[in-house]
Amino acid sequence: MRLTCPLCGPRDRREFYYSGAAVALDRPGAEAPPEAWDDHLHNRDNPAGVTQDLWYHEQGCCSWLKVTRNTVTHEILAVETVGGDSTAGGVA
Amino acid sequence: MPDLIAKPALGLPPLTHAGTTLAEAALPQITAIAPFPGQSAAVGTALGLTFPAPNCVTEAGEARLVWAGRDLAFLLGKAAPEGLPAAVTDQSDGWVALTLSGPQAVQVLARLVPLDLRDMPRGQAARTALNHLPLVLIAEGEGAFTLLTFRSMARTAWHEIGEAMEKLAARAALTP
Repeated sequence: MRLTCPLCGPRDRREFYYSGAAVALDRPGAEAPPEAWDDHLHNRDNPAGVTQDLWYHEQGCCSWLKVTRNTVTHEILAVETVGGDSTAGGVA
Repeated sequence: MPDLIAKPALGLPPLTHAGTTLAEAALPQITAIAPFPGQSAAVGTALGLTFPAPNCVTEAGEARLVWAGRDLAFLLGKAAPEGLPAAVTDQSDGWVALTLSGPQAVQVLARLVPLDLRDMPRGQAARTALNHLPLVLIAEGEGAFTLLTFRSMARTAWHEIGEAMEKLAARAALTP
């Protein structure tokens, strides 16, 4: 399996650390009821099809990545950096 | 202040198999430079180098700026000046530099590094893994590489690469 890191390019799976569903990015608001927090912390879908999860490029650029993939076909549909590609820029 | 004696990480003689040589290289200074938001061009100007794009190295004389992660580069061969618009961390003595060069260098690294290093030109670099060890790989061109890893892991890195060199040489000896 390979992920195409938006910064580093296509990289082997062993450079990445899997960190669960991308639901972690959608925190309930401060006023949210306890049920919303219960849902956020404990309840996860287990879809047969397209899902989104978080991966950390620990043996690479140290970016958090949001990966959209298909659990049935194993197709990687999109890889985005959670924090944007760069805040400082850079040239070749 | 006591006088500290500088020691190499390994102090081993170079290791050669089939014309390919692994050696420890001097690494007098390494500085991590993380530009503040929007300041990479200014950092480059202050250093007399261009801040590198991902997977690139920029160089001017002895000084090199190696891309090492998101908004992060390592400065080699030069001390960082005061007042850079960046978070600057002296990491000298925290890293070890090894050089691997020769006709088998790419095949040796193919056993350890999850990247295709064939035809990787000088000026390219990658932050990746050497087996399980963190690695900053710098292509020197013509089948030569500089490998930076944590100094505490220098012996493991040497052992891993040495073993790959030995096995490759053994396999070559079997082929008529």
